Amino acid sequence: MRIQVLGTGCAKCKQLTAATEQAVAELALGVAVEKVEDVREIMKFRVMSTPALVVDGQVRSAGKVLSPAAVKALLQPQP
Amino acid sequence: MPLPVVESPAPACCAPPPAPPPAAAPGRTGRTALLLAVGLGTWAAAYAAIQPVSEWLSFRALGLAPASRLGQSVAFFLFDTPKVLLLLALIVFAVGIVRSFFTAERTRAILAGKRESVGNVLAALLGIVTPFCSCSAVPLFIGFVEVGIPLGVTLSFLVSAPMVNEIALVMLFGMFGWKVAALYLATGLSIAIVSGFVLGRLKLERFVEPWVYESMQAEATFQKERLGFTGRVQKGLEAVREIVGKVWPWVLAGIAIGAGIHGYVPEGLLVSFMGKSAWWSVPLAVIIGVPMYSNAAGIIPVVEALLGKGAALGTVLAFMMAVIALSLPEMIILRKVLKPRLIAVFVGVVATGIMLVGWLFNAVL
Repeated sequence: MRIQVLGTGCAKCKQLTAATEQAVAELALGVAVEKVEDVREIMKFRVMSTPALVVDGQVRSAGKVLSPAAVKALLQPQP
Repeated sequence: MPLPVVESPAPACCAPPPAPPPAAAPGRTGRTALLLAVGLGTWAAAYAAIQPVSEWLSFRALGLAPASRLGQSVAFFLFDTPKVLLLLALIVFAVGIVRSFFTAERTRAILAGKRESVGNVLAALLGIVTPFCSCSAVPLFIGFVEVGIPLGVTLSFLVSAPMVNEIALVMLFGMFGWKVAALYLATGLSIAIVSGFVLGRLKLERFVEPWVYESMQAEATFQKERLGFTGRVQKGLEAVREIVGKVWPWVLAGIAIGAGIHGYVPEGLLVSFMGKSAWWSVPLAVIIGVPMYSNAAGIIPVVEALLGKGAALGTVLAFMMAVIALSLPEMIILRKVLKPRLIAVFVGVVATGIMLVGWLFNAVL
């Protein structure tokens, strides 16, 4: 599983990174949360608002700071 | 207008984006409506109590003389702080609900394919209701440009989004009445529309970093979010928690400065250098205001106090617009996609617009 947080380094992006790290720790996924801060890399995901959460190359949330619980819901295996 | 079907960048077989919450049950909607009514009633009662309570506190409980400087300052602070914070909470809540209907992607889909003049007007109007944070300015800029929205239209949006600030609008309305609020709205929109149009005419595309145009994409698609009544009320409450939680220190600082001016700066002192007759005060206010960056909610108490001491409305509004519309941090972020030349022209055109508005107000009022 690959988890990325997209954001240009603003306060909200740091909040989402922290929430994601907490969710990953609680789920004991044992993967690192990657931070994507370069604008050109961010734009490859076709998001228009940051921060965004990307799981396995898919944008799961954009423009929102999620709570750790909300991140956990997005990280659970999809039916 | 038929809306394009959502297009996911990844294969459709994989997990879809977060599933919409199940449609709210009727009982849940009823309960939300009831809670909303109770909340609004409490708000109204608290708002009505501000004046008597603040007067009692400053002149009875603290025993300050109503005519003294300290008394004036403290009374101003104790009256304005709850008033501004309560107004702010209500406005942010309402705007949070309105914004739940708009997203950057939806705005882009509306603007895509519009002609320049119509596009400038629409972009300026959408700039008011679309959620926008200056840290998202770059992805938004690229997102607009890559679907073929003209540069001038995109810049109209980027001027209007911070400048025509819904918080500033409603606070001006609450403190100075509908005329000042309407003037602010009309002139702010005009600056966004005209400066975007002018910048579009100048054909500045070559001053956009070339890689921006490399990722051109044909379609502007967006995803609808199904929220329901309860979901939208929750969005409004989230906005209150987030925005009021973030700006209250700015508001307090603004009111404290305002209170200081209110009590200690003599009446009419500002007339000589912020009054109507001093034509140079408008450009000076803009030059001082551009590098400053404050939240709209924090700057309005200062505006109120300056006006009360004889500063001219045009000068003060020009100062406020320069502070909230043009900010150094946003320019630094935009540097990633715009060459310095274009940023300079952008700042120049918008600052000129603000100055013209300042002079116009001073001449007309």
